[in-house]
Formats: sequence, structure tokens, C-alpha cells
Amino acid sequence: MAKVLVVDDEPNIVLSIEFLMQQAGFDVVTAEDGESALESVAETPPDLILLDISLPGISGFDVLEQLRNDPRHARLPIIMLTAHGREVEKEKGLALGADEYVTKPFSTQALVEKVKSLLVEDA
Amino acid sequence: MRTDPVVLTVAFGYLALLFVIAAWGDRRAEQGRSVIGSPTVYALSIAVYCTAWTFYGSVGRAAESGPSFLVIYLGPTLAMLMAPFMIRKMVRIASTQRITSIADFISARYGKSSSLGALVALIALIGITPYIALQLKAITLSHAVLVNYPDAAEFRLADESFWVDKSFWVALVLAVFIILFGTRHLDASERHEGMVAAIAFESLVKLVAFLTVGVFVVFVMFNGPFDLFSQVAESPRLVGALGLDAVPGGATGWVGTLVLAFLAFLTLPRQFQVLVVENVDERHLKRASWLFPLYLVAINLFVIPIAMAGMLLPVGNSDPDSFVLTLPLSAGLEGIPLLVFIGGLSAATGMVIVETIALSTMVSNQLVMPLLLRSKRLQLSSQGELAGWLLGIRRVAIVLILLLGYLYHALIGDSYSLVTIGLVSFAAAAQFAPALLIGMYWRGATRVGASLGLIAGFFIWVYTLLLPGFAQSGWLTPAFVEQGLWGMAWLRPYALFGLEGWDIYSHSLLWSLLANVGILVGVSLFTRQSPLEQTQAALFTNAMNPELQHTSLWRGQTTRGELQSLLSRYLGANATARILADQKSNRDNSDPAPPAMIARAEQALSGALGSASARVLINSVVRGEALDLESILSILDTTSQTLEYNRRLEQKSNELAKIGEELRAANERLRELDRLKDEFVAMVSHELRTPLTSIRAFAEILRDGKDLPEDKRIHFLEVVVLESQRLSRLIEEILDLARLESGRLTLTPQKLDLVALTQHSVDAVHRLQEDRGVTLQVDIDVDEAPVIGDPDRLEQVIINLLDNAGKFADDDDPRVRLYLTQHKQHYRLSVEDNGPGIAPVERERVFEKFHQIKRLSSSAGKAKGRPRGSGLGLPISRGIVAHLGGRLWVEDAPQLQGACLIMELPQAPE
Repeated sequence: MAKVLVVDDEPNIVLSIEFLMQQAGFDVVTAEDGESALESVAETPPDLILLDISLPGISGFDVLEQLRNDPRHARLPIIMLTAHGREVEKEKGLALGADEYVTKPFSTQALVEKVKSLLVEDA
Repeated sequence: MRTDPVVLTVAFGYLALLFVIAAWGDRRAEQGRSVIGSPTVYALSIAVYCTAWTFYGSVGRAAESGPSFLVIYLGPTLAMLMAPFMIRKMVRIASTQRITSIADFISARYGKSSSLGALVALIALIGITPYIALQLKAITLSHAVLVNYPDAAEFRLADESFWVDKSFWVALVLAVFIILFGTRHLDASERHEGMVAAIAFESLVKLVAFLTVGVFVVFVMFNGPFDLFSQVAESPRLVGALGLDAVPGGATGWVGTLVLAFLAFLTLPRQFQVLVVENVDERHLKRASWLFPLYLVAINLFVIPIAMAGMLLPVGNSDPDSFVLTLPLSAGLEGIPLLVFIGGLSAATGMVIVETIALSTMVSNQLVMPLLLRSKRLQLSSQGELAGWLLGIRRVAIVLILLLGYLYHALIGDSYSLVTIGLVSFAAAAQFAPALLIGMYWRGATRVGASLGLIAGFFIWVYTLLLPGFAQSGWLTPAFVEQGLWGMAWLRPYALFGLEGWDIYSHSLLWSLLANVGILVGVSLFTRQSPLEQTQAALFTNAMNPELQHTSLWRGQTTRGELQSLLSRYLGANATARILADQKSNRDNSDPAPPAMIARAEQALSGALGSASARVLINSVVRGEALDLESILSILDTTSQTLEYNRRLEQKSNELAKIGEELRAANERLRELDRLKDEFVAMVSHELRTPLTSIRAFAEILRDGKDLPEDKRIHFLEVVVLESQRLSRLIEEILDLARLESGRLTLTPQKLDLVALTQHSVDAVHRLQEDRGVTLQVDIDVDEAPVIGDPDRLEQVIINLLDNAGKFADDDDPRVRLYLTQHKQHYRLSVEDNGPGIAPVERERVFEKFHQIKRLSSSAGKAKGRPRGSGLGLPISRGIVAHLGGRLWVEDAPQLQGACLIMELPQAPE
């Protein structure tokens, strides 16, 4: 069963994504800041990450950059989640190697589809 | 010793000496060691103003009408005092434009108009001829007095045929003399250094001669001035004659004569010649402006004593004009009278020499050359060597001018006294003043206006001064003088339009200048200037603007060869080579001539032929747009605008600098505000999206999940409700903040008891806090704390402080303490927690909008379900407190070791 890591500091958002992913048939691990997300990846690497940008401590961009600089995670599918809808940030995220960029509030169906397609691709 | 041969020998000897001096001056000038490069020589040359009229006539006038003769010297003194402004500008214009005479000056100012130049030359010729006649009369008269004394002092010229008339021969001799040193070469700048040197020498001679007579009369014939004055005082007849009331025309006579002398000093052709054309250095004006008036004082010092002596002593029935000569003669002297004769001769010849040279230049440049250049039959402009022609024309002009002077002298010279003739000429020359002076300062004066004004002034002068003079001599019937033209009384020449009681000069000057100036200004306002006229007007009025000195005015095209052949035809090969010398010699003659070269060629031609003729000649070889009019006018416009602008800038510089500083600061503030606004909008949208995300996600989950377990369904619905509340709260806070920042927050301040309010607030949150496991401790040390405030808003602040403290308190054993104390005239409400505290650098930043403190523990505030803040609570609280005159800040918690927020409010007045 594919494992999805959800990184966000908003408990209710984590709660909703967690439910959606489990419903879609994935294992879910959560982290509420960048540091613990990296720790989690190091411990048990997930198959996909849903990564918020505005996090306490190091930001989602920092996490993305560190992961991409690590050859082991260079091809790990990562979907950025953000409440900032700005084009600049979207470009920055994609440039740093994010696979997808989803703006909050998002369509739950679309989010699940994206996760599924990335995981199929990966497989 | 007073025999004809002796006198003639001395006179010719004197003339020969003058010639030697002039030749020496010219040679030195050619060698580049000018003898006239001194302000003293310049001042002495200006003293050509003192002619035979001064030398003999001043005494005559003093004897007739007291000290009024002095006004004639007051005018020039006044003019010299204004030299730094007015004459300096004339000199500057003349040197940059290579002006050769006053006619050339006026012609150049009004668009190099040859017709206006010719008009000025013609008026000068007619107006000045009597003045030359006067000098001839003085020479022959003084000679007659000297030789014949004590017999036949009266001397009738018209009775004899002209070949036995001495003044005819005097005129001829002078003509030869002037031709010899006035037209030896054609100088590009039309300067006559030798002549100036000779004139300066003559000024010295006449001064010395006059002072000698004066000293002799006062100290030898009388026992000093006291003796003389006491003898005069005993004679009632003399006291009256020498009083101030003896001035003809009274006060108007004084003013009229003063103005007349002032204007004539600037406009008489010979004065213009020495003052402006012959000036070699502008700076000479400085010393001349006091040295020349001093000279006038010196030469007038003995005028009144001599006049008194002449009237006291029996010197024969002599004319007062001859007192200078007859007084020493009556004392039986031989040497001093001869010296006086030489002095008078130098005064007369000096004037005649300069005047004739100035007039002959005008006649050749303004009258003859333009005619010859235009005459198709002569085709002069295409002939070969023409430099010789020019000199020939000048020489003929000199002879003709002197003969004209003789003719005037022979025909009507006797009917006027010396002073009278002089003033007639002054009045004629004064007609040039409006065109000259107004043209120098008013750019709008036009050629048509100047010409018509000049013609009008001239005709009034002819009618009010010249014709009555002819009538007095019997050449016209005197009836029109007495009864007016055709018997009309208002046309009487001495009482035009019924103006009576004025002396004839002031009367004539008033009407002629009134017409002259009125027409010049009036017509100028309604006529337009040609482009060349505009340029010249601008160059003249802006002459002191240094930027114009180096402007090339030509942009037409011609070749070097054409320019060279043109110049050499008129100026000769040597002069041409000199003028074009600094150009590169390796150029071909068919190369185009640069603008500077064309400009220099025109200047050189102007110096020889006058500006109008020079322009005609240059136009004959230059093709295309001759004058770069636009660039000149734009230079002038921009420079004058710049000057004006600078002046205004200077006045307002401080103000402007201050405004600039304020603008810069305001701009900086606006930029900062704009940046903050963008940031704020981004943050607001971010904060709004977060609860919305949860709401939408759970709403969709609920919509799609038909078979959701009941407990999950209820949980998710609760989340939706909570997040909706959060959203509402957020919007409320944003609105509060916006109201606070725009100053539209409506507070209703009233006197209230902070103790009671605090209790109320604590009650509101106490249960909530306890539910979350927070221990709240309240210590209120005062019984009553009266402050001014809005109770609802203050409660909002206190609840916010308690909420915050609860959020940041320790996870395991969260504790919050609130206490209220009095601090001098203030009350302090402190809320502290046992959380991690706030680092000193963060303490101000917590009051920034949307600032959220990094939580050190990842689980902070989550474990017990405490809600997250928006980051707006503290900024809003601080805003409210500040509105009420209080403060809100962060400190270390004294008891619980976490953070402590302190609100301070002033005590309400009793």
C-alpha cells in the first residue's frame, strides 16, 4: 500500500487530507512542521508528499529543496499545498522540483486524482 | 610778433606737430605697441567735446547769461557717471559688431538697414555742418582779432570773395590735413590710433592755454580772485548779469540744456567716434568716468573770472566770445595771446578732424557705397580692386564736408553767436538718441518706427531751429517766425502749439523728442521685424550676455576662394591674408568656408564698409540660408529665460528644497505604505484561505460520503462550524484593524472602574480557560481604578491578553496570572504566563500584523485544543490602548518565567 506524508500545521486541514487519503486507500503519515517532515522521510520514506509552504520553522520550500538535493529523494513525487495563490510562488515551487502545485482551498476530488495519477506514474 | 607770417608759421608748425604725433601713433599701432592703450589718453580724447565753442564761447555765454554755460558740461558728467551701464554696452556692441559710426550702429541695430543708415548720415551731415562752420569761424575770428588788435575786431566775411576769405583756406588746409592722417589706410576696425593720440595731445594744449589765460587774468591783471570779485560786487550791472536768474528760459532752460547736453554727448558723431568706436578697452571707461568730468571742471574754472574781467576792463568793443584773446592783448602781451590762439586752434581743429572723419565714414559707408553696390549700371560689386575706391570716396567726402561747413559759415555764420550754433547742432544730434538708446534696451523697437521717429524729430528740428536761423540771416522772410507759417499762430517755430516762454532749444528739444519717441514706440508696437532685424535687436539688447560672443551666425555655403577674392577686392591682399590667416593653409580654395570664417569675413567688411553694405556683399557670395536665425534666437530665448528662471529659483530655493525634501519623504512613506498594503492583502487572503480550505474539504467529504459513520459526520460538521466561526472572527478583526488604521474606529470613552471591568472579563474567560486546563490566578491590589475608556473595547483587549497567555503557557502545566497595580498616575494590568517567553528581539514584532511567534514546541497549543490566533489580536489591542492614551508592551514575566504583557492606562481625573 502506497504511503502518503501530509505536512501542514493546520490540524483541521491535516485531518481532512488524512481522511481523504485513507478513503482512497493509502497509508497516511502526518507532520506539522518542516523539521519533523524531514525526520519522517528519513525514518520511513513515503511514496508521495503533500507539502504546505507556510510552516512554522523551516518553510515548505526549504523542505522541498533539501529533499531534491538528496539523490535518494530526487524523484519522490511532491505536491505543494499553499494558501498563497501567487504566480511567483507557483513558479518557484515548480522550479525547485515540485511535481504539482495546489492552491487552497482545493477540490477534494481533484486532489485525490492528482495523488493517484502521480503514484501510478511512479509505479 | 602778431604779424600774419608769424601767426601762420606758428599755426602750420602746430599742425605739422599734430601730424607727427598722429604718424607716430599709427606706426606704433602697426608695431603692436599702441600709445593709446591707456585710460588717461582715452579720457583726454573724449575731451574733444570741448571745442572752440568751449574755448571762446563759454566766456561769451557766461558774460551774457551767468553760470548757465555749466549745464553744458553737467550733461556729459552725468553721462560719464552712467558709463558703466550705458556706454559700456555701446562699446561692447560696437566691438562685437565692428561698428564704424553712429549711423552704422543704428543701421545695424535695425536689421543692418541701409536706408536707416543713410537717413542718420544725412541728418548728421545737415545737423553738424553748422558746428563745423562754427569752428572755422572761431579760427578765422581769433586769427583776425590776434592780428588786427586793437583795430577792426569786427570782421565781415560775406563781404569778400571766397578766395580772399581766410576761412575758405583754413577749410582747405584742414581738409588736406585730415585726408593725410585720417584716410591713410582702411582699417578693418575703423580705428584711428594716430588720430586719437593727436586729439589727446590737443586736449592737453587747449587746457594748458586756457588755464594760463585764467591765471594771468586773475593773478596778474587783478590781485587774485578776491580783488576781482570785490570789484564785480561794486558794479550792479555785472551782479545782475552774472546771477543765476540770467538763464534764458529759467528752470526749463536749465533742464532742457542739461538733457540736450547729456544726449548730444552720446550722439554727436565725433563723440560716438572717440567714446565708442575708438575705444580699445572697455575697462578704460572706469577711469575716464571720473577723469573726464575732472577735465571739464579744470577747463571751466576760469570761465566766470575771465568773463567778469572782460566786462570790467576796457578791452575795446570786443565780442565777449573773444575775451580770452582780447584780455591778454589789452595788457600789451604778445606771447600769451599767441598761446591762446594755439589753444583755440587745437580746440577747433580737434573737433573738425574727428567730426569730419566720422562724417566722411558715414557718407562713404552709409550714403555712397550702398548706392554704388545697388547701381546696376556701375556693376561695382563685380569689378576688381576696390579698396582704393573706398579711400577715394572718403577723401572726396572730407573735402565736401569742409566746403559745406565753409558755405554755411559764409552764408549765415555771422547771425549766431558761437554758443547758439553749437546748441543747434546738439539738438540735431539728440534726434539719434531715441533710436540709439531705446534700441539698446527694448527689443521690440522696429526699423519702421525708428525711421519715422527720426524723420519726424528731424523735421521739427529743421522747422524750430534751422529755418528760423536762416530767417535771421535774411535768407528767408522772418515773417513766419513772428506770425507762424501761413499766418497761423500755433505754427510759430519758437512757440509751437502755443508753448511760449521756453528758450528756443528746450522748446525745440521737447517737441522733436516727443514726436521722435512717440512715433518710435507707437509705430514699433504695430509693425513687425524682419528675421535679420529680430536677430540684431536680440544681439543688441543682450549684448552683455557673454554666451553670444562666440556664436557663429552663418550657416550658408560658399567657398574659401570666393570669400578670399571678395575680401581682397575691398580690403586689399594683405588685409585679406591677415583676416584669413589663422585658417589652415593646406586647404583648397574650392573647399567650403566654415561658418566662423564667413562671420569673420563679414565683420572685416563691416569694419570697412559698414554693416549694411557688408551684408549685401556677403549675401552676393553666400548661397542658401544665410543666417542661422533659429539657433541665435533660441540661444537668446533660453539664456534670458534661464536668467529669469535662475532669479526666481534663487528666491525660492529654500522653499523648493524644503518642499522637495517633504515630497521625497512623502514618496518614501507612500512606497512603504504601498508595500505594506500589498503585504497586508496577501496575508489577509492567506489567513482567509486557511479556514476556508477546511470548510470546503469537509463540506465536500460530507457531500460525497453518503455512508459516513455518524460520529465522523458529527465531528466533521463541528469542524465546519468552528472554522466558520474562525473565519467570521478573522473578518471582524481585519475590519477592526482597518478602522483603527484609518482612524475611523468609533470608541465611546467614558469614566469606568478598571477593577470591575477586569473582574467581568476574567469571569467571561475563566470557565473556558479552566476547560482547557489553564490555571488562572488573579491578583488585584487596588480597590478602585478609575480610567477613561470604552468598556467593550477594553474588555476585548483584556480577553485577548488572557487568550494569548493561555495559548503560550506551558503545555504540561499551563498557568496564567493577571494582576492590577497602581503606578504613579497610571494603572497597570499585567498578564503573564509560564510559557517559553518572548525573546527581546521579538518583543516589538509581536505587535506587527499577522506576526505569529514561532512555537518552540511543535505541539504547543494543540494538545489541549487551544485555538490558533490570527496574528491580529495584539496589533488591535495596542491600537485600542493607544487610542485611549495608554501603552501596551511585553516584558519578562516576574513570577511565572514566561512572557508578560502589560497594559497601562492613565488614571482618570477626579
